[in-house]
Formats: sequence, C-alpha cells, structure tokens
Amino acid sequence: MTAILIAEQVLNGLQFGVMLFLMAAGLTLIFGVMGLINLAHGSLYMVGAFAAATIAGATGSFLLALAAALISAALAGALVELVVIRRLYDRDHLDQVLATFALILIFSEGTRWLFGSFPLYLDIPAWLSGPVMLPGGIQYPLYRLALIVLGLLIALGLWLLISHTRIGVQIRAGENDREMIGALGVNISRLYTLVFALGAGLAGLAGALVGAIQSVQVGMGEPVLILAFVVIVIGGIGSIKGALIGALLVGLADTLGGIFLPELLKLFTDPAKATATGSAFASMAIYILMAVVLVWRPTGLFGARV
Amino acid sequence: MSVKTLLAAAGLVALAAGAQAQVKVGMITTLSGGGASLGIDTRDGFMLAIGMAGRDDIDVIVEDDQQKPDIAVQISDKMIQSDKVDVLTGIVWSNLAMAVVPSATAQGLFYLSTNAAPAQLAGAGCNPNHFSVSYQNDNLHEAAGAYTKSAGYTKPFILAPNYPAGHDSLTGFKRFYDGELAGEIYTELGQTDYAAEIAQIRASGADSVFFFLPGGMGISFLKQYAESGVELPLVGPAFSFDQNILQAVGDAAVGVKNTSTWSKDLDNDANAAFVSAYEEKYGRLPSIYAAQGYDTANLLLSAMDKADISDPDAFRTALEDADFDSVRGDFTFASNHHPIQDIYVREVIKEGDIYTNKITDTAMEDRDNAYVGECSM
Repeated sequence: MTAILIAEQVLNGLQFGVMLFLMAAGLTLIFGVMGLINLAHGSLYMVGAFAAATIAGATGSFLLALAAALISAALAGALVELVVIRRLYDRDHLDQVLATFALILIFSEGTRWLFGSFPLYLDIPAWLSGPVMLPGGIQYPLYRLALIVLGLLIALGLWLLISHTRIGVQIRAGENDREMIGALGVNISRLYTLVFALGAGLAGLAGALVGAIQSVQVGMGEPVLILAFVVIVIGGIGSIKGALIGALLVGLADTLGGIFLPELLKLFTDPAKATATGSAFASMAIYILMAVVLVWRPTGLFGARV
Repeated sequence: MSVKTLLAAAGLVALAAGAQAQVKVGMITTLSGGGASLGIDTRDGFMLAIGMAGRDDIDVIVEDDQQKPDIAVQISDKMIQSDKVDVLTGIVWSNLAMAVVPSATAQGLFYLSTNAAPAQLAGAGCNPNHFSVSYQNDNLHEAAGAYTKSAGYTKPFILAPNYPAGHDSLTGFKRFYDGELAGEIYTELGQTDYAAEIAQIRASGADSVFFFLPGGMGISFLKQYAESGVELPLVGPAFSFDQNILQAVGDAAVGVKNTSTWSKDLDNDANAAFVSAYEEKYGRLPSIYAAQGYDTANLLLSAMDKADISDPDAFRTALEDADFDSVRGDFTFASNHHPIQDIYVREVIKEGDIYTNKITDTAMEDRDNAYVGECSM
C-alpha cells in the first residue's frame, strides 16, 4: 500500500462524492423547500443519461449531450411537478413515497419502451479521454479529474445562487416558512416548479456525466438514489452545505473502506476469506457512518436544530 | 345414460388425455432492470427453438424475476401451485437459482438451467431432477485460468463480484492457474464504479487481469479500464463480452481474450441454423444466453419425443440422453447432470460497425466439472 495508491483512492472518493452531491443537492432542496420525499429523483438521473446518449449518438458532440441532459431532465422535472407532485404537497409523506415510487415504474417502463432493455453507448469525448500525470507521479484519468472540478464549480455556483440572489432568498425563506413567503406576495407555485426543475436538471447532468464512464441503462438511477438519501440524512435535510460535506464523506468512506477493510482483515485471517468479508464490511461502511452521525447529531451535520 | 352425456364424457376424457400430453414450462427470468438483456436473450433463444420446431404440445409461461431472489421464489411458488407447471427454467443469476431450484426439485419438478449453475447444486446438493444445460459456473473461469497459464502470464490480478457465482469464478480460475497472484478482490454485486479496483490493479505489479463482471458491471469496468491508462492484457469469461455488452463498450473491448462454450462463428450446422434464424426473427445477433436458452428448449423437446412427462423416471432418462443437436457441437451430460463440452478462447473483433467475437483457440476439451465426485447420484 503506497502513498500514490492512497492518493489515487482519495481522488476516486472525491470524484464519487461530487457526483453524489449533484444528486443529493436536488433531493435536499426539494425536501427542504417543499417538504417532499421524491423517490423519482433517480429516474431523472436516468432521463439525463438517456438524453445525453441519444444526442451524443446523433450529433457526436459531448457538450451538446450534456446540455441536452440538463435541459431534458429539468423539463421532465418541471412537467412531473406540474402534473403529479403539485397535488402531493399537502399529503402525508407516505402518499408522496407511493406516488413517486409509481413515477419510478412509469419512467423505467417508459424508457424501456422507447429505448429497449439493452444498455446504450455513451463515451467520453476524445479531448477528455486518457490518463494525465499529476504531481507526485499519480496517473489519473483526465475525465474523472474534470468531474471533480466541474462538481466543485457547480457546488460553488449553487452556493452563490442560494446565498447571493433573490431566488436564493426566496428558497431559503421557503425552507423556513412556506405560508409566510406566500403571504408576502412570492409566487410560491412558480418557485416550487423552479426548484424542482433545478434539482431535476442537476440529477440529469449527473446521470450524463456518470453515464459516460458507466453504462446507460434502465434502472441506473435507483442505486444512486439510495446513496443520495444517505448523503442528505448525514448532511442534514435541506442544507446544500450539508449535502456537499455529506457527499464527500460518503464518497470517501465508500471508496477507502473498500480498500482498507480487506487489507485490515488480511492481518487476522487468510487472504481469500479477508477479501470476501472485507468487501461485505465495506459495503456497510457508509451506513455505519450514517448511524454514527445520527447518534452524534440526530438532525444531521448541518440540519436545522429541532 | 343418454347419448348426450356419453358424448360429453368421451369429450372430457379426450380433453384430459390431450392435457396430459401437454408439457407446461415455467420460465423465471430477468426481464427488467440492469440485468434484463440477459433474461430477454434467454427467453428469445428458448422461444425461437419452440417456434422452429412448430410444436403445440408445449405451453411456456414467462415471468420477470426482477433479478430479486424473493420475487423469484414467489413466482416459482405460484407456477408450481396454481399454474401446475412440470418444468421450471430460465434463471440467470446464481443467487436466485439457489433460492428456487432446491425447493422446486424437492417437490418433484424438473429444473433445466439455461444459465446459473452454482457449485452447491453440482456437488453435495445435486438432485436427479436438476439439469444444467449451460455449464457448471466454474467452467469458463477454469478455462480462463488454463488460458492464462498457457499464455505465459505469471502474475494475474483477479476480481469478481461477491456472490455465489463470483466465488465459483475465482475458485475455478485458481483450479487451473496455480501460479502467483498479484491480487484477488471481490467487488460488490451491481457495482458500477471500479476506480478503486483499477487503482489497486495499477499498484499491484500484475502482468494481466482476469475479471468476471456480468451485465452492466462489465460495461462500466471496461470503459473505466480503458480510460485509466493501465494497459495490462485482459482475460475474462464470455459473460463480460456477450453480444449486447460489446456494443455499449465499443473500442475498449477490442482484442480482449475471453472464454466461452459457444460463439456465433462455431462451425456446426445447428449453430448456423440458430444464428441465421435468430438474426432474422429478432434483428440482432444472438448472445451466449440466447444460445443456452435455445439448447435448453431443444433438450426439452428431445426428451418429450422419447418419454411422457407423467413418467418422471423415463423422462429423466430421456433428458440424460441429451439427444439433440446442440449449437455447441458435441454435448453430453456428466453424472451430476452438468455438461461435458469443449471450451474455447475467443477474441473481441470489430466486424463492420458491429463488435463481436471470433474463436481463436480451444482452452479445454471435453471438460466436465470439479464436483462430479461430490454428487451422490
């Protein structure tokens, strides 16, 4: 286990973390502002990836594909908000879960109907492919490096949006007291649609970015959704800062846990058994992290104190 | 008794006799989610064989297990209890097979495996009513181990997902590759990001990589591996290079060596007929799952020609005969009802716009499996 390997794994953890952040940011905003549990967020991630694969296939341009992912997921999000979600704000969380779960099934089957069950092809553009040499002799894929930078830029942009713009003021006010900002003359239903579309667009962008290094297929969003929920619970529901810190923590815990736990167990037992049990423990690492955080701070790291 | 009732009674008897000749097959396979393409190919291959035989004495019920063991068990219970099927088939994943097959065969049903064949069902847990038409899970990995050794690699890095077939995979590889390993890891089932594993491979000083990552897992791994700058040769079983995966991976897969019991360029009449009929009916090239589904249906039909399903002992003997033209060429069953067959080395090539495989070598001839001795039947 060399320093280079550890440094590379930390980068991997960061990259995984910032992608989770793009998912978690939308999820936490939607929950914070509207009090809505949106299980269909993973479907919007999938919509983004499929839109990107289609546009990349038709035009050959990766940047156009990313734009298409962002726009189509945002549009799908806005549409879903107008048609379905709008009726759920006053309902119980259980109704919301049920309705958004139905949306997952509709999106999945709809996508299967349009594109078939076979994975689609979406590749990294030539100008972002291949490895680069980082200081210290670390060889690292350029694309993953670009993901880290882009993810952090988006985090910065979101922070500016929330803390320095009028919309940001409205969003923060909406988190604190929905009825009051409505009474102050803010068009609350437009704000809700906007927030939902913003969250959806970020999820779609994440889907396209990740789709280029993984496979674009039906059901790709749900495993990420579960992790994104873990992230917002750790970070504190409704907090963008919490989502960022939570996402990086989960990314690092998951990546580093997968490396070090088997190595640690090898000290006590034979290698084959150590790798099997170690990887089983590693998949629990983030949930253990979540449990520890919740014991220490029941509302998450940056959640509102109750 | 009036003439009318007599006629009605005769009609009923005729109906009952007709129903008896009818064989009812329950196919449980994965038709949705990330693993759907495997199940769809299995189903399409199976139904193609039945369509080509033009048989109407067989009913097939197909249900989607969503790649979840609990759903697979529910479906099998329903198929056994209310649909009253005679034969179950179709399961792609070994963890689902472990949940369904032992209880189905214990209830006297026949189970014909189109794919999953975990070690547990080949050795001590073997059952006279369980037949694997595909292989034994270890087989392709054993061949990969044998190939790695014969190709002169001395320090492979090996990885597989942490589930029954993953354990079978690495065990099988090590059975025929007895040299030093650069590293051995189990990844999570369904994992999509392999950056951490690739970093370990880079740091390990390996001279080659053996990986078993079926379905979407393999696509992600291959794409990320191509980006990483690690340029060690890859070896794997056919699952990571099946016809559907290759199109999503693209150039990253070209040149990779993989082991398979079947390939579309395998030279025999049954295979040529299968490949052209499949392409014509479904508009795409068949995968190994389609080939295995096709063979399974033909095995079943051959047994139906020889014996009646209502006589399980005769039917079992008819299945054991394996008197059908396999698309894999020579095909017989070992005493634990798993195939004895040749295993080939294939290389991924680009044919026009399509990525596909071509056979370059034979890795093992007439390979049975390591568990024959442990099975007491």
